[in-house]
Amino acid sequence: MKVAINLAALKRSKWQEYFVRFIFGGAVTAVAGIIAKHYGPEIGGLFLATPAIFPAAATLVEKHEEKKARADSGRELRAHELAGVDAAGAAMGSVGLAAFAVVVWQLLPRCPVASVLGAATLGWFTVAVAMWLARKIVWRGVRAKIRRRWHHPRITSEFSGRKQSHP
Amino acid sequence: MTEILLRVIIGGIVVSAFAAIGDTLKPKSFAGLLGAAPSVALATVVLTVKEHGAMYASIEARSMILGAVAFFIYASVASRLMIRKKWAALPVSSLALLLWLGAAVGLWFGFHRLMS
Repeated sequence: MKVAINLAALKRSKWQEYFVRFIFGGAVTAVAGIIAKHYGPEIGGLFLATPAIFPAAATLVEKHEEKKARADSGRELRAHELAGVDAAGAAMGSVGLAAFAVVVWQLLPRCPVASVLGAATLGWFTVAVAMWLARKIVWRGVRAKIRRRWHHPRITSEFSGRKQSHP
Repeated sequence: MTEILLRVIIGGIVVSAFAAIGDTLKPKSFAGLLGAAPSVALATVVLTVKEHGAMYASIEARSMILGAVAFFIYASVASRLMIRKKWAALPVSSLALLLWLGAAVGLWFGFHRLMS
């Protein structure tokens, strides 16, 4: 499946859902700051990579899919799987998150904040997309291997009665 | 108090913005990348640098690497439980936060023991 942008999806979310995300995000950011103040930057830094919005986002993905399944009775309910796929994407994004942290750690003492954050965000995006593409390629290879094993030309030709090309 | 309020507002805006961008993307696995966007860090680093200096923020970023490794463990486990076991998203993603916390603190202690 190709990557696409669907702006109409923004209308699907209610304002309450945006509000929940705002509160979650704001609370986690404030808590990260308070922890850093009490326990120092080494412990506080761990909380910069908190799965801040993930529980709310995964729940919304599941809710929207359940709603679609209810509206379309022929549609197979696979809300949990879709939320799981979203989580798999987040796992790949977390590798990019580590790249972001490395860039900030190394460049912040030497360069201006704005340029460091720009470079780090670019680093996060590049690594996250590279991980996503790599996973896609690996999966395609694994699937092709399984298909070849199950539909082996020698086996299928024996069953279909066709003449084999190899002895 | 003003600083906390500022963090809530900036953090809320940045996190909501990344979540909204994630909503518009297809397929779901690609949109999921935005679930691990550096939203909290982006909202915090500028304020931290202004208040404590660049060196302090740099130390925070070093610890953030371990937090990101814990995030990878968290998201991988949550994904497996939702896809394979078909568990609901809210209990899995909320309870697994304890796994994230345990992994992050455990990695931090392990790293410090290794370095000392």
